[in-house]
Amino acid sequence: MTYLIPALILGVSGLAAAILLTAASKVFYVEVDERVDKISQSLPQGNCGACGYAGCADYADAIVNSGAPTNLCRPGGADAAQKIAQVLGTAAAEVIPMAAVVRCSGDCNATQKAFEFDGVQSCKAAKRFYSGTGSCKYGCLGFGDCMAVCEHDAIRIENGLARIIPNRCGACGQCAAECPNGLISIRPLAKHIDVFCSSKDNGKITKLSCKNGCIGCRICEKKCPSGAIHVNDLHASIDYEKCTNCGECMKACPAKVIHSCES
Amino acid sequence: MKALMVILLSAMLTDNFVLSKFMGICPFLGVSKKLDSASGMGIAVTFVMICATAVTYPIHHGILVPNELEYFDTVVFILVIALFVQLVETALKKTIPSLYKSLGVYLPLITTNCAVLGVTVLNIDNSYSFIQSIVNSFGAGLGFMLALVIFSGVRKKMEYADIPETFKGVPATLIAASIVSVSFMGFSGLFS
Repeated sequence: MTYLIPALILGVSGLAAAILLTAASKVFYVEVDERVDKISQSLPQGNCGACGYAGCADYADAIVNSGAPTNLCRPGGADAAQKIAQVLGTAAAEVIPMAAVVRCSGDCNATQKAFEFDGVQSCKAAKRFYSGTGSCKYGCLGFGDCMAVCEHDAIRIENGLARIIPNRCGACGQCAAECPNGLISIRPLAKHIDVFCSSKDNGKITKLSCKNGCIGCRICEKKCPSGAIHVNDLHASIDYEKCTNCGECMKACPAKVIHSCES
Repeated sequence: MKALMVILLSAMLTDNFVLSKFMGICPFLGVSKKLDSASGMGIAVTFVMICATAVTYPIHHGILVPNELEYFDTVVFILVIALFVQLVETALKKTIPSLYKSLGVYLPLITTNCAVLGVTVLNIDNSYSFIQSIVNSFGAGLGFMLALVIFSGVRKKMEYADIPETFKGVPATLIAASIVSVSFMGFSGLFS
């Protein structure tokens, strides 16, 4: 009896509350556009925020009620855009597959430790308090803050360097926001050639601190037939809109810092 | 009648739930940015407090005490509070959608607002009668609203104040909250 009465009281009051709430939800029923629900279901429900809205439900609401573009969901890709177009009864908008890229090739073989770091084992802490622990202060810190934040399990830390697995990457951009050195960016998957260095030091210092660094020699800039590559901030970077994947810069680079993600 | 007035005013001023008992700080800091959402939140909390007291008081004295189940207070009370919060939420969504949106996550969070559970439990602890309990809950709700409304005014002024960079945002808000709290200490001893 000592257990029965409390259980009974709680059960009965719970049931009464449930009945009351059901009645209230009937009385105060608000009509929701059923397309919002359908679109929300066809989104990946990762709530990553890559579309610029506060989650999948919010984005679905914006598509129906304020005419937001239907191709903003990057993790969902073409598949989600297709489903959304079906619900709305319009033609599917084109989706360019995107993926993240880490613009650094300073692994443990190429750089040295500046000192033994014993503090909080995160990139943010190492960057904020000591401006990095390696010889290059612009390179990958290798504590895996990006790996921890990735919801698609698409980042590995190998030999002190973050590496993206492109076919797993949902291009949500959470890693890009997390990296304290801003090494990660989201770019079109088809433009697979990239400059794997972001050092803002001059050629001499870059070379001293990392074997794989970009020295800013501008050979790639001269060789590029479509004018897609430029040296800014003392390292080369590619304009994906102009790049044609010809690979001339790759062949010309004396430091071998430009290569293809696919190899 | 005089005793009831004393209960009402002391729940509002001397024993203000937010500024003297430090209950319900989360919505106090979260919803006090704008005056209209502050007063909306205050009304919602007052409504939930009064309804919850009106139901929990008979449950405590009619069901729990005869069965010697006083230890069961917290669980049953939370159930009742959750019910009323849910009711307020569905009603608001239908009647005032703009307020529903501006309250956001703080509306379902009234369930875990310790001021609401606090007032129902304190009514029992102080062995108030039914009328006294309702008056006390009403006073507590009004006190909560008063604190929110006053503080939303303070925060509005603070937006134009020249605050050192380090203190901008949450630190300055917390300091202002403590100063408002200190000013409410001036009411202590008013009704004793």
